[in-house]
Amino acid sequence: MSVRYLSCGDTAFSVEFGNEISPEINGRVMALHAAIGQAKIAGVVETVPSMRSLMVCYDAMATSRAELEPAIEGLIARGLPTDMKARQVTIPCCYDDAEFAPDLAEVAERTKKKNKEEVIALHLASRFKVYVLGFMPGLAYIAGLEKSLYLPRRSQPRVRVPRSTVAIAMDMTTVYPFESPGGWHLIGRTPLWMFDQRREQPVFLAPGDSLSFQRIDRKSFDRIAREVEAGTFDWAKLVRSA
Amino acid sequence: MTAHLKVVRAGLFDTLQDLGRIGFMALGMPTAGAMDRIALRLANALCGNPAGAAALEIGVMGPDLLVEAESVRVALVGPLSPMLIETPDASPKPLESDRTHLLKRGQVLRVGMVEGSSTAYLTVAGGFALPPFMGSLSTYARAGVGGFEGRKLAAGNVLPLSREQAPPGDERKLTQPFDYGSGPVRVVWGPQDDHFSDKGRRTFIESDYRVSKEADRMGIRFEGPTIEHSKGADIISDGIGPGAIQVPGAGLPIVLLADRQTVGGYSKIATVASVDLPRLGRLLPGQVVRFSPVTVEAAEKLRRDQEARIQRAIADFKAARPLGGIDLARLYEENLIDGVVY
Repeated sequence: MSVRYLSCGDTAFSVEFGNEISPEINGRVMALHAAIGQAKIAGVVETVPSMRSLMVCYDAMATSRAELEPAIEGLIARGLPTDMKARQVTIPCCYDDAEFAPDLAEVAERTKKKNKEEVIALHLASRFKVYVLGFMPGLAYIAGLEKSLYLPRRSQPRVRVPRSTVAIAMDMTTVYPFESPGGWHLIGRTPLWMFDQRREQPVFLAPGDSLSFQRIDRKSFDRIAREVEAGTFDWAKLVRSA
Repeated sequence: MTAHLKVVRAGLFDTLQDLGRIGFMALGMPTAGAMDRIALRLANALCGNPAGAAALEIGVMGPDLLVEAESVRVALVGPLSPMLIETPDASPKPLESDRTHLLKRGQVLRVGMVEGSSTAYLTVAGGFALPPFMGSLSTYARAGVGGFEGRKLAAGNVLPLSREQAPPGDERKLTQPFDYGSGPVRVVWGPQDDHFSDKGRRTFIESDYRVSKEADRMGIRFEGPTIEHSKGADIISDGIGPGAIQVPGAGLPIVLLADRQTVGGYSKIATVASVDLPRLGRLLPGQVVRFSPVTVEAAEKLRRDQEARIQRAIADFKAARPLGGIDLARLYEENLIDGVVY
């Protein structure tokens, strides 16, 4: 599919690579996001990746659409990198407690699994990728959920989902960065905070991250939660560069 | 910290804002920032601050601020009728807006109501001594970050100042209020104008739209004729630029402003040209606008022309009369200098 340039006013435009959600299309989005970052094109303020397009924000005083579009066409024509280095991130998750995973039993029933353990095993076996962050700071849309766990969003969203709840819907999983309303199925909780303004990098996940969950028991959950709260938790050990 | 402004009475929606938290949209962080960047810049220029210094954005009604510093120079920009209370039992004296004032310890600045706009700005020479969050002092209240404790000001709050006393210098004022224009709001079609029927696009540019009560820093929901989709209201979520006009299934346009989310899944028929974004940031519920399409190139040119007008307004600042002092400039201008003692 050809690339489309869509106007977002006179300070941004979107480079759209297709009209579907696929790892190939998102890979091109992320590759252009990285390529523009490296090229340091004058006047480009920031780029915003989403599932199938990249929004390029520019300073209308320093450049123009007429200058930028050919520059970006040139980057694409030269060939976008295909071997993007992704961070490998592990997120500890406690699935045990009824308080953390109120929808586990319903998910097992509606996806015709033997029991809750089978749902947990499939969530742990899923190879996830962070496609896009948005809606609220640090909220990641993480695709790659095992296909047999596919469920639409809940017909009645919850008014209050606790911070750090791990949830699934469609082919995605997510972790709520704040207490907020939410329509996804709640299957666990991580002791990590996806958004912590005390940290130098307040947002933990980034688009393009490869991600998997690691099961922890309630005791480990409480210990890590205390360290996160106190600001002493070693986040670096959760991240490997591929 | 010995120099600060104390909020002795809170306004309605007073938050610190600068030109926005730029560079973190990819992490889902909204830019926030001033709803009216022109007034912010003029206020900063009056005070001799950098263009992007943080100011107090006054929403609807401003606070009463007690000066707890040797002195402080403030600039107020916007349709305000501020008052000065020199001592606790003195009656308030009216002050002009669109200029600087030198305030002394113990005086109270009553910012008062914003008339005919939703926002006005107050800057202090030298700026506020608060730590930036992700490179910016803009308050983003939904996540509780930036500005003063990530929220609007409340009575009793104390805003630390960078300077113990005002820098030496004269008071300055705008020659005239900045002209934001009054014609239709200029928009650029897209990014998803192809999700609408010809009829829907015509409705959008040929109808009056009224600002509803649902208008805040995140965006403005308009009331008016419904806009017909041809390919449905939902899209695969993509980036939301400043001034994006999304049209959900119900067919009424929502203009997304400073605190907008970074990505969204509704089709966006058009985007407000950056030249007119400050106007959107000033709209009040009940006000009516028309939208008029321009090309990207035309919008870029309009913005550059506006930038030149901002520069001119700054170059044209005039000396203003100090509190209780003599307005020499005015005396010369009005040619009253011979004979009349003012």
